[in-house]
Amino acid sequence: MSEEIKLMKGNEAIAHAAIRCGCDGYFGYPITPQSEVLETLTEVEPWKTTGMNVLQAESEVAAINMVYGGAGTGKKVMTSSSSPGVSLKQEGISYLAGAELPALIVNVMRGGPGLGTIQPSQADYFQTVKGGGHGDYKLIALAPASVQEMADFVGLGFDLAFKYRNPAIILADGVIGQMMEKVVLPPFKPRRTDEEIVKECPWAAVGKPKNRKCNIITSLELDPAVMEKKNLHLQEKYREIEANEVRYEEIQCKDAEYLLVAFGSSARICQKAVEMARAEGIKVGLLRPITLWPFPSKVLNQFANQVKSMLCVELNAGQMVEDVRLAVNGKVKVEHFGRLGGIVYTPDEIIEAMKAKIM
Amino acid sequence: MTEEIIIAGFGGQGVLSMGKILAYSGLMQGKEVSWMPAYGPEQRGGTANVTVILSDERISSPILNSYDTAIILNQQSLDKFEKTVKPGGTLIYDPYGVTKEPTRKDIKIYKINAMDTSIEMNAPKSFNMIILGGLLKIRPIVDLENVILGLKKTLPERHHKLIPMNEAALKKGMEIIG
Amino acid sequence: MTIEDIIKPENLVYKKPDLMNDRPMHYCPGCSHGVVHKLIGEVLEEMDVVEDTIGITPVGCAVFAYNYLDIDWEEAAHGRAPAMAVAIKRLRPNKLVFTYQGDGDLAAIGTAETIHACNRRDSITIIFINNGIYGMTGGQMAPTTLEGMKTATCPYGRDVKVNGHPLKITNLLKELDGTCYVTRQSVQTAAAVRKTKKAIRKAFENNLNNRGVSVVEVVSTCNSGWKMSPSMANKWMEENMFPAYPLGDLKDTTI
Repeated sequence: MSEEIKLMKGNEAIAHAAIRCGCDGYFGYPITPQSEVLETLTEVEPWKTTGMNVLQAESEVAAINMVYGGAGTGKKVMTSSSSPGVSLKQEGISYLAGAELPALIVNVMRGGPGLGTIQPSQADYFQTVKGGGHGDYKLIALAPASVQEMADFVGLGFDLAFKYRNPAIILADGVIGQMMEKVVLPPFKPRRTDEEIVKECPWAAVGKPKNRKCNIITSLELDPAVMEKKNLHLQEKYREIEANEVRYEEIQCKDAEYLLVAFGSSARICQKAVEMARAEGIKVGLLRPITLWPFPSKVLNQFANQVKSMLCVELNAGQMVEDVRLAVNGKVKVEHFGRLGGIVYTPDEIIEAMKAKIM
Repeated sequence: MTEEIIIAGFGGQGVLSMGKILAYSGLMQGKEVSWMPAYGPEQRGGTANVTVILSDERISSPILNSYDTAIILNQQSLDKFEKTVKPGGTLIYDPYGVTKEPTRKDIKIYKINAMDTSIEMNAPKSFNMIILGGLLKIRPIVDLENVILGLKKTLPERHHKLIPMNEAALKKGMEIIG
Repeated sequence: MTIEDIIKPENLVYKKPDLMNDRPMHYCPGCSHGVVHKLIGEVLEEMDVVEDTIGITPVGCAVFAYNYLDIDWEEAAHGRAPAMAVAIKRLRPNKLVFTYQGDGDLAAIGTAETIHACNRRDSITIIFINNGIYGMTGGQMAPTTLEGMKTATCPYGRDVKVNGHPLKITNLLKELDGTCYVTRQSVQTAAAVRKTKKAIRKAFENNLNNRGVSVVEVVSTCNSGWKMSPSMANKWMEENMFPAYPLGDLKDTTI
């Protein structure tokens, strides 16, 4: 057995992957169920090895603005939190998007609204993919369904964030954050040197040399005509991301007559439901969006030509189902099944819901 | 082979750590594993449970509605999980925390006096290892040597001196389960 | 005599720093911001540290400071400049990192960030313009508005029973172990301008010498918001602001 296989929680995997993928700084604030990210980082002390900075901020607000400050200098920086904390970060996230800064945000979701519960939920889907903060902007949203993906999506999130100069978010939940699974951590990648950063991020505010113009990180523009252009530029970038970065997984979809659509932990539970239903002779498949934005609308639309109906299974009152319906555009029936407030469905509940709602 | 296990009792009884050692043992044996706690602020005294799955194949759901094996360490957990054991499955319980014995006839039920034994052994902290030993006697899903390796992985190095005591507890559990 | 006869190097009596560009400023005539911008430009030039300087502009009148001084800038969300500065200094410890903030930004919405930044000992500099009013949004009450002072949101004068007391935040900041230099200055006279320049220089030197947080408060006027002529505003500041916010060094551990 390879030594590189480890057993750890999703939250711990985020921390280890961050250190290994050349992250320069992490700024966070404790909140259940994601505190292990900061705990792991402060235990491992990466500032002694890779030079990565780790700081417990005075609030989630400060943390996201630390990310904004660091990202503006071209550094690879991140934060993590859980739902109420991510709500606090929304202003900063909007600024990051507006100033076109690459950064990584992790949301290990818990049930809301308000202080809610510390138990798992997926009720921040709308917040993540429909804005969250103010203004017309998009986050590249990755939804891991395993501890392995928690580790893998840190590097992927940073890559996409820098490729498009856009914040990326890992949208996990209490299940994926708290469960332990086998994980192969990514190999160590050195942090970029200041010279490499200047080359990769010529826009970064690092101190102005005599021979270049000032680099100004800002989202402000009071001239509406210029601001509209800036917005159009953002929208053009979003269309490019939509064209290139859709990711999803098909599970037993080839001959499926019914389709479950689920992301993150729900997709794992649905996978078991698919196995159990197939044992009963029901031809059901699972489509798992990996990027929640950009959303795999095209493939869902195609499946609408194949399956009789779809059930969107999510730990909320019906959020992603709206995007599934938009994608399918009335071709087949699309229903929703969810549990709320931190209750997680079991595989047999999903099968029951499937039989009741779409068969 | 896939073994789906729920371990449930009071917080502070070592429920989560027993699950962790079992998961690590599975890892040492080259299996796919998942360890999913019902997490919460109950570090001590409240109820705690963890779902551990060991499998030769990729594990789908870490959250289950029924289990091959349930390890039950208090009455609340027995009330909640006795009905979730698959027909033909296994239920192991410590009568110390249980006032109403399990009643199902379609599952195999084993009793293990782990709490009393751990007190007799003057090693109350090895309570959960006695339970784990009992489980492995009934369901030999991982080899003892891999459990020891798993222990080494989960215990910080300064506690490695406790491994012989834990090994003794594991063996004791194998002896006393009935 | 022609213009050419007059414009000769030997006749030069005043020159703005090269860092200050020719964009027309949006500040009102009589505003103190322009003077403080100029001083920052002069000090950065004299210290020859432009290549290593990152400034952070606030939300408030000085939001556009980045349009006037040709250095690298980041524009903060309202009140968050100190948190950004801390992160930048940690990620780039050899840079001169400073924030430029008004009273609403620093002492109302950003109080938490200000206090925690000053409590850590990252060597950042905070330039704090205190004119007792929100200028950008049209003259509303600030945390530092004096008792009885009229603004758009306390039109009959600040009533401390309703609005609390003027917040002497710099006095708080000097108590924090992370600050090494806390001073209160002004720019209404040539002598005051020279003193403020010295203070900024010292603060920036502390910044590069890793001595901790330096805070330079500049008690200023907002003649538009105060609804006074610039000279009246200066007089009013001397008579009313200075007793509440007395000038001088509040703390200097670098001596």
